[in-house]
Amino acid sequence: MKHEITVTVNGTKHTSEVDSRMLLVHYIRDVLNLTGTHVGCDTSQCGACTILFNGKAVKCCTMLAAQADGAEIMTIEGLAKNGDLHPIQEGFWEEHGLQCGFCTPGMIMASYDLLQRIPNPDEQQIRHNLEGNLCRCTGYQNIVKSVQFASKKMSGAPGDD
Amino acid sequence: MYPAEFDYHRPESVSDAIKLLQENPEAKLLAGGHSLLPVMKLRLAQPSALVDISRISDLKGVREDGDTIVIGAMTTYSELMGSDVIKQKLPCLIDAADNVGDVQVRNMGTIGGACAHCDPASDFPAILLALESEIKSVGPNGERTQSSSEFFMDMFTPKLEPDEVVTEIRIPNVSNIAKATYIKFAHPASGYAIVGIGAVRTNDGNVQLSVTGSVPIAARLSAVESEISGKDLSDDNIKAAAEKATEGLDFVGDIHASDEYRAHLTKVYARRALESLK
Amino acid sequence: MAVTRMFGASVKRREDARMMTGRAHYTDDVRRNHTVHMSVVRSPYAHANITNIDSSEAAQMPGVVGVFTGADLVDDVAPVPCAWLLPDCNLKVPEYRAIAVDKARFVGDPVAVVIAEDRYQAEDAADAVKVSYEPLDVVTNQEAAVKDGAPQLYDDVPNNLAFQWKLSGGNFEEANQSADIRISQRFVNQRLIPNAMETRGVLADYNPGSGSLEVWLTSQNPHIHRLLLSAVTGIPEMNIRVDSTDVGGGFGSKIPLYGGEMIACGIAKKLGKPVKWMESRRENYVTTAHGRDHIDYVDLAATSDGKITGIRVEAYANHGAYLSTAAPGVPTWLFGTMLSGPYKIPNIECTMNGVLTNTTTTDAYRGAGRPEATYLLERMMDLLAKETGLDPVEVRRRNFIQPDEFPYTVATTLQYDSGNYDAALDQALEMVGYEELRKKQEDLRSQGRYLGIGFSTYVEVCGLAPSSAAGMMGFQGGLWESATVRVHPSGKATVLTGASPHGQGEETTFAQLVSHETGIPFHDIEIVHGDTDRIPFGWGTYGSRSTAVGGSAIVYASRNIVEKAKRFAAHMLESSPEDIDFNDGVFSVKGSPERSKTIQDVALAAHLAWDLPEGEKPGLEDSYFFDPTNFTFPFGTHICVVEVDAETGTTEVQKYVAVDDLGNVINPMIVDGQVHGGIAQGLAQALYEYAAYDEGGQLLTGSMMDYCVPKFEHIPHMDVGRTVTTTPVNPMGLKGAGETGTIASTPAVVNAIIDALSPLGIKHMDMPFTPQRVWEAIQERKGS
Repeated sequence: MKHEITVTVNGTKHTSEVDSRMLLVHYIRDVLNLTGTHVGCDTSQCGACTILFNGKAVKCCTMLAAQADGAEIMTIEGLAKNGDLHPIQEGFWEEHGLQCGFCTPGMIMASYDLLQRIPNPDEQQIRHNLEGNLCRCTGYQNIVKSVQFASKKMSGAPGDD
Repeated sequence: MYPAEFDYHRPESVSDAIKLLQENPEAKLLAGGHSLLPVMKLRLAQPSALVDISRISDLKGVREDGDTIVIGAMTTYSELMGSDVIKQKLPCLIDAADNVGDVQVRNMGTIGGACAHCDPASDFPAILLALESEIKSVGPNGERTQSSSEFFMDMFTPKLEPDEVVTEIRIPNVSNIAKATYIKFAHPASGYAIVGIGAVRTNDGNVQLSVTGSVPIAARLSAVESEISGKDLSDDNIKAAAEKATEGLDFVGDIHASDEYRAHLTKVYARRALESLK
Repeated sequence: MAVTRMFGASVKRREDARMMTGRAHYTDDVRRNHTVHMSVVRSPYAHANITNIDSSEAAQMPGVVGVFTGADLVDDVAPVPCAWLLPDCNLKVPEYRAIAVDKARFVGDPVAVVIAEDRYQAEDAADAVKVSYEPLDVVTNQEAAVKDGAPQLYDDVPNNLAFQWKLSGGNFEEANQSADIRISQRFVNQRLIPNAMETRGVLADYNPGSGSLEVWLTSQNPHIHRLLLSAVTGIPEMNIRVDSTDVGGGFGSKIPLYGGEMIACGIAKKLGKPVKWMESRRENYVTTAHGRDHIDYVDLAATSDGKITGIRVEAYANHGAYLSTAAPGVPTWLFGTMLSGPYKIPNIECTMNGVLTNTTTTDAYRGAGRPEATYLLERMMDLLAKETGLDPVEVRRRNFIQPDEFPYTVATTLQYDSGNYDAALDQALEMVGYEELRKKQEDLRSQGRYLGIGFSTYVEVCGLAPSSAAGMMGFQGGLWESATVRVHPSGKATVLTGASPHGQGEETTFAQLVSHETGIPFHDIEIVHGDTDRIPFGWGTYGSRSTAVGGSAIVYASRNIVEKAKRFAAHMLESSPEDIDFNDGVFSVKGSPERSKTIQDVALAAHLAWDLPEGEKPGLEDSYFFDPTNFTFPFGTHICVVEVDAETGTTEVQKYVAVDDLGNVINPMIVDGQVHGGIAQGLAQALYEYAAYDEGGQLLTGSMMDYCVPKFEHIPHMDVGRTVTTTPVNPMGLKGAGETGTIASTPAVVNAIIDALSPLGIKHMDMPFTPQRVWEAIQERKGS
C-alpha cells in the first residue's frame, strides 16, 4: 500500500510516495539522502536515529514514514544555520563529546530536546534525560560537559573551558 | 529492522477506526508504536494492517470532570508530564511517566497504548491500579467503563475486544488522595520494571498499593493494604505490612531476575513506597 | 620531548566538524547507483546438519536478484582465513566457510543469502528460503567441550581443542613447594559483546571492465582486509580498494575479516553490481566476534611477608565455533605474557586451552587478553592481602618492580621499558583520600553498611609490535607502520598514515605531531587514513598502536623532510646545513636570524627545482616505515569506591579515580576521553555486561533490551590524573592510551565490591556483580 506524504524537513517541504511499511529513518536516509541520522539498533534502545519531530525528540527507527505526513522534522543536518554551529554542536566540539561520532547526531538532537525543556540542567538531569542515547566511546562524562557548555552558552553566559 | 508488508490507515475518528478493525481482523491499532513497531521490525508480529489512532483529537489531552481526572488515551507521556492539571493534582503520574522508557519513548508513547498493550513490566498499570482508575473503551456495541483491576486481565491480555478502542483513562476521587507515588527497580538494559510499586494514601486513611514487573500482570497488594490501612505509618507497621507483599501472588523469573529475587524486591519496594507515603 | 604549542596541547578535534553536522560517511552512508541489497538466512540451531535448502519460492519474489547457498559460492569465495597461527601448540584451524556448507555450528551461522533490489524485499525473500535441519547435540561451555563424550564440532579437532599453548619462566613447581602461602582461585571472565555503535557492514562495487573492486568497509585495518579479500576472492590486491575512513567504533570487533563482507564482495563480482549489506543489531549480537570468555584456574605462591614467588594459570578460552582472524593470539600471547603485571614474580607458568564450542566466535575486544590477565592478577593480590593481613596497598608495593630496575625483564620474557609504579599509586591515594575513606568505611560498617575500596595497579603492553616478535608469535603479518609526509608547493602538507583511527582522533593528534616537527601550521596539514588507494600499506589501529607506532613513522618522515628542507634552505641562504638553525618552521643562519627561509619558501623552491642544491632531487616528500624495537608498557593505579545496598544487592559507585602513566601525551583532552571510555567499558564488565547462552546454544542476551550496554546513569563521574614516565622505545616518549581504562577498571570495581562485602566473609565472586547475584551471596552468608 502506497501513501503520499508531505513532510517538512529542515525547512524544506518534500512530497513523496512511500510504502506503508517504510520506516521513517529509511525515508530520511534513503529517500531524502540525509545520512546524518543513523541506525544503531533494532529495538529502540540506542537513540542514534533521534530527530526532532514537531519539535520533540523521537527515535525515527520506530516510526513509519506514513506517520510523518504533515510533520515538521529537524535532523542533524538542519541544526547549523548558515554555516554557524549550534551551541550544542560547539559544546560537543569544545568538550570532546564525541569520539567515533556515530551516536553524535542522535545525542545532539536529544540534547536539543532537553535544553528546550530544561535550559539549565544539572548533571543528574542531563544524565536522566539522555538515557535514551547510548555511546560506547566516551563514558558519557564529556557529553555531560558538552551539554553544560551549550546550556551556558544558550543562556548567554560565556562557556568556560 | 524491516517489517513485513502491511496496510496503513489513519482514520479521522474512533468510529472509523472501529470500522477498519472490523474489516481487517488481523489489523492492529497503532498508538505511539513503541511496543508494536519494534516487534514488527523483528518480524515477531506481522499484522495485516495498522490503524493509526494517534492523531484523533478526541483522544488527546487531560481534563477534569468533577472530582475525576480524565486522560485521553492518545495523550503521550510527555504531554501528561506537561499538563498543569496533572502537575497540581496528580504529581505521582509524573513520577510514573518519568520512569517510562526514555525521553524519546515518552514523546511518542501513549497512556492508552500502554494500557491496551498490557505489558507485565509496564509502569503505568501499577500506578493506575493504585489510583483505582477506570478505563473507558468504545466498540461496535457502544462504550463501557471498566475498573483497572478488571481491565488488566493477564499478560498482554487486556479485557478488550479486538475491535474495541481504549478512549479514556479516568482517575476518580482525586481530592481524596493525600499522597501517592510510584517507585521502580528497573532492568538496566530495557528500562522495564523488574519491580514497580504504585502507592496511594487517601485522606480517609486507606492505603492502596500495587505491583508491576515481578508478577504476570500488574496487581493490587491486598494483603499489605489490609494490614496497613487505618494504621499509623510507623516504621514497625510499615515493616510488618511490607512483609505481606508476596502473599497470594505468583512471581515471574528470567535470566535477569529470578522469581525469588523479584519476590524479595517486591517486599523491599513495598516498604520503601509505604515510607514515602508518610 | 618538550611541550610546544602543538605537542601537549588540547587541540579541538578536526574530525568533529563533519561528524557533528551529519556529514561523515560511514559505510551505510555511501551511495552507489543500482546497488542491490543482501540479507542473510541464518541457522536457528547451534549445531545442525543442513539437509536441504529450498530457495525456489524466494527466487521468484519481487525484486529478488538471486539466492546463493554455501555450495553455490564454494568456488567464488575461499574460507574465512585465520591469521594468527600459533607455533608449537598443535594448532588446528578448522575450515570456516563464509556460508556454512552441510553443517551449521552456531546460532546465526549463515546458511544462504538473498540479493534483492531493496533490503525490505531481501528480508521478505530470506524469510521464504526453506531450510531443513537435523539438529545435533550442542556444547557452549569450554570446560564441558573438552571433556570426553562432548559433542564434536569437527571430525578433525578431537575434544574440540584447537590448541594447547604453554609459556613458562622460572620454575613454578619449586616455588610452590617452598612457599609459605599458597592461594588457589578459579575465575570466570565472562563473555562480552563489543557493541560498537555502528554495526558491521560493506558496500562492494565491482567493475567488470577494469576487473577492480571498490569496497567500503567497517574496518580497523583496511590494508589487512584488502590483502585477505584478495586472497579469498582471487582479485589481485592492486585491483582492490578498501575505504574505511569513517568507522563508528570498533573496540577490536572490526579487526577480523568476516564471512558477510567476503560474500558481498564475491557476489558483487559475480553479478557486476554494487552489493550492500549492513548488519542489524540483532545480527551483530550473534555474528560479530565476542570478547573474553575465559575460565582461569590460578595458583599463587608467596612468602609470609607477602612477596609473590610464583603464579600458575591453567585456563580455557572459548573461541566459539570457528577460529576468527586474530583469535588464537588473544588468550595466549596477549594474556600469558602479561601475568607478571607490575610485580616481580620470578616463576610463572601458563597453559591455555583454546576450545571450539557452538557459540559465536570470540576475538580481540578492547584490551584483548590483557584485561583477563590483569583481572586475575589484581584479584589474587587482594586475596594475598587478605591472607597476609596486609593492606592491599602495601602488598602491591612490596612486589612492585622499582624505578631503577628498568628495563626489567619479567619471567614471561617481555622487557618492560620504563616505570614508576609507586608514583602513580601515591597520586591516586592522594586523589581518593585513602586514609579518610578507610575511617569512613569503619564508621559505616559499624552501622551495618557496606562501603568498599578497590585497587588495580596495572601494567599493560601497547605499541604492537616489533615485527620480529609478531613473526615469532605466529601472527601472519608485520606490525610496523607506514607514513608519508608530502609537502606541496604551497607549503601545505598531506600526511598518509597506515593507522586507521575510528574514534581515536588521530586526524588531530597526527596533525599536531607534524606541525610540531615541521612548523607547518596545524590547519595546513591534512591527515589521510583508511583508504588503501591513497596510502601505502599499513597495519591499522588496535593494540594501542596507532600513535606509538604510526605516530613514530610520522615523526621520522617529518624529520627527514626537515633535514632535506634544511639543505635546501642552506643552499638558498648561501650557507651550509650545519650553520642553519631550525625553529618552528623557519630556517635561519646561525647568528644572523634575519637571513631566513620558511619551510613554505623551501617547499616552493624544492618543487620548482630551478636551482637545486648539488646532489638533491626535486620535491619535498618522505615515506617512512617504522618498526618498533620493543612494546611499550603503560601503567597506573585505579581506585574505585562503592557502597553496596545489602537489601537489594545494588552497587553504587561513589568515586572513581584513575592515575595513568602513558608517557608523554600529545593531546590531553583526547587521551582523557580514551581513558573515560575505557573505564566505562571495564566497569560495565564488572557490573552489567554478560553474554548468556541457554543449553541449546541460543543467545539469551541477544539484543540491547537484554544485554546492558551502559547508559548515562550507569557510569559514574571519573577523576583522571596522570604521571609521566617516558619510554625510550619511540621518538615521542609516549606509550599508548586506548586500552588502559578497560584493562585497569574491571578489577578495581570488583575488588571494591569484595572489600565492601568482606565483613560477611565473602572472598570472591564471579562477574558481573548484578544486584541479584550480590543479594544471593549476601543471603547465603547471612543464612550460614
